[in-house]
Formats: sequence, structure tokens, C-alpha cells
Amino acid sequence: MIDLLRRIGLWGRGVVVAIPYLWLLLFFLVPFLIVFGISLSEAMLAQPPYAPLVDWLVDEDAGTTKLQILLNLSNYLRLGGDDLYILAYLNSVKIALVTTVCCLLLGYPMAYAIARAEPAKRGPLMMLVILPFWTSFLIRIYAWIGILKANGVVDNLLQWTGLTTEPFELLYSDWAVYIGMTYCYLPFMVLPLYATLEKLDPTLLEAAADLGCRPWKAFLTVTLPLSLPGIIAGSLLVFIPSVGEFVTPELLGGPDTLMIGRVLWNEFFANRDWPVASAVAIALLLFLVVPIMVFQHVQGRQTEAGR
Amino acid sequence: MMRMGKLAWALWFGYAFLYVPIALLILYSFNESRLVTVWGGFSTKWYTELLQNDQLLGAAWLSLQVAAMSATASVVLGTVAGLALARFGRFRGRTLFGGMITAPLVMPEVITGLSLLLLFVALEQAIGWPDGRGMTTITIAHTTFTMAYVAVIIQSRLVSLDESLEEAAMDLGARPAKVFFVITLPIIAPAIVSGWLLAFTLSLDDVVVASFVSGPGSTTLPMVIFSSVKFGISPQINALATLMMVVVATGIFIASLVMARQERQKKRDEQMAVQGG
Repeated sequence: MIDLLRRIGLWGRGVVVAIPYLWLLLFFLVPFLIVFGISLSEAMLAQPPYAPLVDWLVDEDAGTTKLQILLNLSNYLRLGGDDLYILAYLNSVKIALVTTVCCLLLGYPMAYAIARAEPAKRGPLMMLVILPFWTSFLIRIYAWIGILKANGVVDNLLQWTGLTTEPFELLYSDWAVYIGMTYCYLPFMVLPLYATLEKLDPTLLEAAADLGCRPWKAFLTVTLPLSLPGIIAGSLLVFIPSVGEFVTPELLGGPDTLMIGRVLWNEFFANRDWPVASAVAIALLLFLVVPIMVFQHVQGRQTEAGR
Repeated sequence: MMRMGKLAWALWFGYAFLYVPIALLILYSFNESRLVTVWGGFSTKWYTELLQNDQLLGAAWLSLQVAAMSATASVVLGTVAGLALARFGRFRGRTLFGGMITAPLVMPEVITGLSLLLLFVALEQAIGWPDGRGMTTITIAHTTFTMAYVAVIIQSRLVSLDESLEEAAMDLGARPAKVFFVITLPIIAPAIVSGWLLAFTLSLDDVVVASFVSGPGSTTLPMVIFSSVKFGISPQINALATLMMVVVATGIFIASLVMARQERQKKRDEQMAVQGG
């Protein structure tokens, strides 16, 4: 009897899990397979604008039907052969790395300071970091346009102090992209860093100090290694989406700020070349598979550690 | 002491970096001059103009509807997913499930958008659904990427929660469904509320995925903002941004007040229970 009840319970669980499971299979996993399929197809003027991979060829004279499967590798060959794509991938990685390092340099002291603050103050201080994340990403990027453009806030300030006499424009350059992306992704870095730093046992540092360790050395040998999981989680949380970033380089970057997200967008919307856009997406995904898996590993361990 | 001083400076620099751009944005929404960065006197004319901009208001209405529907759907799906990950132990396909839950958190938006659009196109060819693209497809797309955030919030809340309450209810003969609705759900209610708010904001904020999966006639608010921002800055957008921030700030303020009150109530109940026992 109990066994039967257990079975019904387990069956009920199965049904419950099945709903989000099927949703994610259909709307998250299957789409990647379709993208992969279309990346092997050929662009053509049609609705939708690509040739079908699988086709039934009916030969009326012979009275036979043939199944034809066409696989077209030329989209990938184009990615490897054209400097534009390779440069875009390399530049995306460079911009994402710079963004990650800037977030780390700015976010680590913030997370550390909040973790060392009085317990009652930590919540509100952390809230102040997360709050901008709740306001629109697009609008936060927009705010920087007014600051960085010629005759904008920075320019006016520099001219007023006499540091420059000519109009000085940071907007539409790689610098503007670094600033904008650091600005937007900073909370993603501070959050996991704070989570690990807050759990750090302060008696460890006291023990190091008692044994004659200087504060800096104690930081380097105790705090930094122990906060490594937070550093890794935060860095990946910033790095992975940054590589495929589109909005920030489009609004703050110059026409020569080449990033792979922009290339994909243009292939899709401007050139209407869906197969090449799909190939770009698959190549980007392959590049990100390893970082994403490392992130999932770290994320899983973090959640388990919450027990 | 010296080090703490430097740390405080770093902290204040960080806050200035985060808030000065927002403050300037709000300040210039009350600027008389069309040149956003030149101060021409106090004025609320951009707010008046904003309220007469039908295209923008229509887009805002569509976005709010999509955000409310997708946040609700993603809270339901995300709560179930978080529960499964935190409480069901090892079940078949758990690794894949966990992977599909966390991957959308970091997946570049262009990939999500493109892959969902190609799915919708393929589905339409194969079974005739969805018929064209618009509100339905945007809602489905937003539900898919926001449910990951909800699931992670619910999972971490459940993991840090003592399982003994649920076990006690089970021992007293409550069915799993009853345990969930009577015990688990009220405890994780604050996490569900913040998950809903987060999903709502993320949906209201998305421009990339929506651009891929929307059709003619279904332009969301971020898409309108994006295309007008590309042509330069306009004080109307500043006014709109200010209004949106006021709404978000009010929402968060009310939510945190409610949660703080619940927390106090809980503490009081616990004390009563201890004293009574």
C-alpha cells in the first residue's frame, strides 16, 4: 500500500517536472538544433529565405520519389575565409575581457567593503548596487550618450577646466563601449563576489594577523584564494553575455567597433541571410560552450553550498 | 584603519559611477532646451509631449501586457523548476534540466532571439502555429529566458530552507500537493514576488529578443526607444526614462515594505509560539 502511494507520489512528481522540462526542451534546446540545421542550408529568395534541407523529389516520368538531403558547408567556409568574421570574433573577445577586468577591479573593492561593513548596513548597501539593475538596461546605456557625446557633460567639464579647448568626443569609440558595458554588468560582478566574501570567516584574517602577517599579505594569501569561486562566477557572468553583446556597441560604439553580435544582427536584418546568421550563432555558441559549462559547474556548487 | 578609508572611497566611487548617469538623465528631463546637455531652464513640457505620443503609448501598453503575462507564466514554470532542482533529488535527466535552467542566464541575447525566431518559423511551416509573429511569440520568448532567473531565485531560497517543516507535514499524512500549497508556497512567497518583479522588469527591458520574434504591428516599448535613440538623444526619452524609474522605484519600495512587514509578523508569530509552548 505504502509502496503504491510512493509510486503515485513519484508519478505526480514526474508530471510536475515534465511541464517546465518540456517547455525548455521545446523553446530552448530544439531551437538550437534548428539553428544548426539552417546554418547548413543555402540562402535563397523565398519565404522563409533559405532552402529546405530535406526535400522530396518527385520524378513523374519514372514514377519514383527521391529523398534529397542537401548539406551546405559554404556558410562555415565563409566564416573561416573572411577576415571580417574572424576580426569580429577576436574583437568581441577583447572587449568582453576588458569589460570583465574593469568590472572586477571596480567590483571587488566594493564587494569587499560591503562585506566588511556592519551587518545591519550590508543589506541596504547591497540594495544600492542591485537597484540600477532594476532600471532599464537600454536607458542606462542611453544616459551615457548624453555624458560622452561632443558638447556633452564630460566634454563641457573638460573645456570648463581648460584641459581641452577643442570639442572632445568619447562617444562612438571603443572607450565608450568599455565604459557602457562595465556600467551595465557591474552588479553581476558584485553579487557573486559579495556572496563569497560575506561567508568568509574573519577569524582567519585575525589568525593571520596574530601570526605576524601583514594585511596585504593576508589579503593575498587568505582572502583572495578563498574568494576565487566568487571571482570565477562573477567573471563568467560578465564575460559570456558580453561576447555576444549587441545594444551597447550599436549605441555607444563607432561604425568600426566590430562585435560578433552586431555582425549577426546585420546578416539577419540587413542582408536577410538567415543561414549565415545561423552559422555565426553556432560558431559563437561553440566558442562559449566551455565557459558556459564552467559557469554551470561553479553555479551548481554555489547553490549546493547554500545548504 | 587606513585600508578601511581607501575601501570606503572605492565604495563611494562605485556608487557615484552607478548613480551619477541616472541622476543626470532625470535632471535633463526637466530641461527647457531641446539640446539635452545645455540647461535652458526648468520645464515639464517633455512630459506633456510624451503623453501625446500615441506610438509610444501604444508600444508601452503592449510591453506592459507582454511583461505581465510572461512574468506570470515564468513564475509558475520557474517555481516548479526550482522546486524540482532543490527538492526532488536525482531524477532522470536532471543534469540536462539543470543545464537548460542556468544556460539562459548567460546566453547572449542575439543567439536566444535568432534561435526562437527560427523555431517559430519552422513551427509555422510544419503545423501552422504560431500564425504570424506578434504578442504571443514575444510572450513565449520572454517566458523562456526569464523563467531561468525565477528558477534560480526559488532554488536558492529552497536550498537554504530547512526541510523539516515539509517532512513534518508529510509525516502527519499530508499529500505532496497539500504540503506544497500549505507549507512550501507561503514560505517561498517573498522569493516568488521578487521573481515575478524581476521577470517583469527583464521582459520590459528586452530589445534584442523582441526585435527577432516580433512581427509587423507589434513593436514593444524598448524597440521604439532603441530606434529613436539610434538617431540621437531626445528629451522625450529622458522624460520617459524618468517615469519608468519612478514606477520601478515605487514598486520595489512597496514590495520591500510588504516583505519587511511579513518578516516582522513571522518573528512575532515565532516568539508567540515559543512562549506558548
